[in-house]
Amino acid sequence: MALKDITLGQYFPGNTIFHRMDPRTKILLTVAYIAALFLCINVPAYLLAIAVLAGAVAVSKVGVKAIVRGMRPVLVIVVITGVLNLFYTPGQEIWRLGFLRITVEGIWSAVFMILRIMLLITCTFLLTYTTSPILLTDGLEKLLSPLKAIRVPVHELAMMMSIALRFIPTLIEETDKIMSAQKARGADFESGNLVQRARALVPLLVPLFISAFRRADELAVAMECRCYHGGEGRTRLRQLRFQSFDVLALVLAALLIAAVVLLGRLPLLP
Amino acid sequence: MERAIIETRDLRFSYTTAEGVAPSVLDGVDLQIQEGSFVAVLGHNGSGKSTLAKHMNAILLPTGGAVYVGGMDTADDDKLLDIRRTVGMVFQNPDNQIVANVVEEDVAFAPENLGVPPAEIRRRVDEALKAVGMYEYREHAPHLLSGGQKQRVAIAGVIAMQPRCIVLDEPTAMLDPVGRREVIDTVKKLNRASGVTVVLITHHMDEAAQADRLIVMAKGRAVSDGTPKEVFSHVEALKAVGLTVPETVELCWQLRQDGLDLPLDALSDEECAQALFQLLQ
Repeated sequence: MALKDITLGQYFPGNTIFHRMDPRTKILLTVAYIAALFLCINVPAYLLAIAVLAGAVAVSKVGVKAIVRGMRPVLVIVVITGVLNLFYTPGQEIWRLGFLRITVEGIWSAVFMILRIMLLITCTFLLTYTTSPILLTDGLEKLLSPLKAIRVPVHELAMMMSIALRFIPTLIEETDKIMSAQKARGADFESGNLVQRARALVPLLVPLFISAFRRADELAVAMECRCYHGGEGRTRLRQLRFQSFDVLALVLAALLIAAVVLLGRLPLLP
Repeated sequence: MERAIIETRDLRFSYTTAEGVAPSVLDGVDLQIQEGSFVAVLGHNGSGKSTLAKHMNAILLPTGGAVYVGGMDTADDDKLLDIRRTVGMVFQNPDNQIVANVVEEDVAFAPENLGVPPAEIRRRVDEALKAVGMYEYREHAPHLLSGGQKQRVAIAGVIAMQPRCIVLDEPTAMLDPVGRREVIDTVKKLNRASGVTVVLITHHMDEAAQADRLIVMAKGRAVSDGTPKEVFSHVEALKAVGLTVPETVELCWQLRQDGLDLPLDALSDEECAQALFQLLQ
């Protein structure tokens, strides 16, 4: 069963500078990089963006293989986006077949779009691959904590996220178990067209949901028994601390954005 | 007299359903659990033993009578946190009580909730994990551990709170024999070494036999209360409420029916063999 191979939120332990970096820094770096990507408008800017990310991947020791593997599920979206951009961008026409036409601008925008999506995915992978889920939610909670002032339940959201991450393997195991039980009684999940397959999932989802609700109920009682009463007055085992290289990384991120904007002003190809 | 850490006075409880009040689950239970003791509560499904456990740290509140934990009335809402840090609770399914996806983070959960300073949390977590023999696994993901190991992590998560009493509600029901032994040995060690009061809810005779005191529940009442030897020697009374006795006691009891003079308090194989040996001599 391929269920166990899901890479969602997967974390590769390690001891590189990326692993040791404060999760808040990494989240900010990711946001900055994504912002920089959307400011890229010409070839030199993209080359810089690619070089920066390639360097980061090399430093993090995540391995190209893991990134390629994670890229597979989104391949369809990448291809569709590329094709749409290729055929539907107005401009200088170079090829035409019926209603399909390719323009010079179309080619550029398709290439840029594909690059942008792939870089975006790679940089978020870099974040989740080098940050344990607990640190990630801790970082998010700390970064978003100013929003508490406008009554956003930041602690509750972070707690929900970390519990969801905690229960992913448990629920996957459970799905496997229910599937085996249904198969043993003649259920068929693998043949038939899309509608038939979707329908075959109903007897799988109903027991899964029921059990998830029961688990949630028991977990809530167990949490209360361990004196959980919301985020108020809570301390943490791990303290997040900014170090000097966190500051350095953030300065570099700001420089990257500036460089991308400047490169965009160069009178070069698109 | 020693101090009672948990005391129930004419405890009654019934669930309220849409159709009205259901028949009572607890029907007047009077108990005193002495600080530092190891008490087992034995009973069939539906005997009210789990419901009794849930009253011991205010998960459920009595519909009649009262429960006192360290002198605090569990119905007192202001004392809720104090009650819960006095009496910790371990449940049947280890998967559904582990909150975090790293062992040590999970053990830290209770002290974090109590606002303990980080350095002190670190100390408590290490201490608790060593006490249950799971220190080497502190950085593991809980879902990769065995059932017995998970349950020991759950116990560590409770003792990191430094409770005076731990209530375990059928902690071994979902475990294999190896896991069961791990958990029961851990609990016994905690009771002996750290003096933590232990209340073990179970339907396994052999687990109940290891306690200092055994309470038998049936139909919402405590029908029998004493040392395991005393309780198990009332074979007819136990059979009347649908419980079996340990095999050694059963053997002696059967032989007594046939007129042989055997004691009914042989709980271990050795004791039973000794008794039979003496009879044959």
